[in-house]
Amino acid sequence: MIKLLFNYLIFPGFLFSAVIGFLAGWLERKISARIQWRKGPPWYQNFVDFLKLLGKETIVPQGAKLTFLLSPFMGLLSVILVSTILGLSIRLPLESFMGDLIVVLYLLVIPAIALIVGASSSGNPLASIGASREMKLVLAYELPFILSVITAVIKSGGAIQLGLILNHQLSFGSNIISLSGVIAFIVAIICLQAKLGLVPFDVSEAEQEIMAGTLIEYSGLPLAIFKLTKAILLYTIPVLLIVLFLGKDLSPAFLVAKYIGILLVIILIKNTNPRLRIDQTLKFFWGSATILAIVAVILALWGY
Amino acid sequence: MNLKLKALTKSLWVFHAACSPCNNCDIEILDLLTPRYDVERFGITLAASIRHADVLLVTGVPNYKTKERLKRLYQQAPKPCLVVAVGSCACGRVCFKDSYNSPCAVDEVVPVSAYIPGCPPKPEAIIAGILKLIKSLKI
Ligand code: SF4
Repeated sequence: MIKLLFNYLIFPGFLFSAVIGFLAGWLERKISARIQWRKGPPWYQNFVDFLKLLGKETIVPQGAKLTFLLSPFMGLLSVILVSTILGLSIRLPLESFMGDLIVVLYLLVIPAIALIVGASSSGNPLASIGASREMKLVLAYELPFILSVITAVIKSGGAIQLGLILNHQLSFGSNIISLSGVIAFIVAIICLQAKLGLVPFDVSEAEQEIMAGTLIEYSGLPLAIFKLTKAILLYTIPVLLIVLFLGKDLSPAFLVAKYIGILLVIILIKNTNPRLRIDQTLKFFWGSATILAIVAVILALWGY
Repeated sequence: MNLKLKALTKSLWVFHAACSPCNNCDIEILDLLTPRYDVERFGITLAASIRHADVLLVTGVPNYKTKERLKRLYQQAPKPCLVVAVGSCACGRVCFKDSYNSPCAVDEVVPVSAYIPGCPPKPEAIIAGILKLIKSLKI
């Protein structure tokens, strides 16, 4: 029991992933700044932002008390659970439970749902635009994302257990070293961008058109929780991709190198692309991304 | 000095309220975000929504319409919220003070914590003003 709590709250869970997530968020801001030839914030910036938000007044819109305040926590708790499961399955691959991949996939949708619920309960018209965009975005990227995860599952012999997928990659090489693996990985990276709400697909939070959209009415503590959720997502989803596609050598040095590599790719995509409209996003994900993912699944079934 | 205040001074999120300025001040404020000045070094960023803001930055002379909006913006901001008046217009209305559509100055509508005069103030002057504001908070 104590061990479980420790896992959930401290080591692979809450504290650890929050620290890594904030540092990764700093890396994102710093590299973006360097790309734009600026200096960028100091390394502790995200921690300070979080601390400051905790000290601010929390304003709750009329008639929205419970859902408005609870939805950020819903998102946070589910992301912590995901990071715990992932961290444990990397450390002790044999102890993972049957079907935890499916649990992880479901839990990863909950932060988006929490955002939608919170935004709609605030009653702000711009927030409701943001919520409807977020909803369409979830519908758009889930299909290609799950197809690319299925490719990884097929490549590792039909195992839907993170530990088994890792073990299979240990003995037969990473999933990415094959044609289908490469295609599925590319699709997964693009979906990652949408899941994290980064630039080409950040319509739901578009600062310039709808003023932070879904987050517009949030202030103080709930806003801090949403920022924290975003930071932890920035840690968990790349790690999930590493487990699924790059699982050959997971000693700490390699793990960190792979994580930073994926982070760099995300940041470069973010800094070199303009924002897509929601209809373009939908067309992109249900068109080319899904077709690519289906091709990857078929290739994987043929054994390429 | 407590931790809350220290965190506040290290990460000021600014909401930019343009109360009918001539837009020169606004251009100078945008200059602060460019590579040459880059205020993100100090953790200062522009916030999209007033609910996220720590600083309400006002430029221009309020007229009958923007006066009401400014008052409501200040009421909507989560406290502690500082107000900074940028430009001679926002500081004291200068030559517009007898104008038919200028009912009041900014500091008659909201409590201003720092005045940065100049028409428009240089980006260096704005940074110096914000540093002075942070120092006055620390005491
Ligand atoms: S202070 Fe000068 S530059 Fe700024 S808004 Fe007024 S007239 Fe324009």
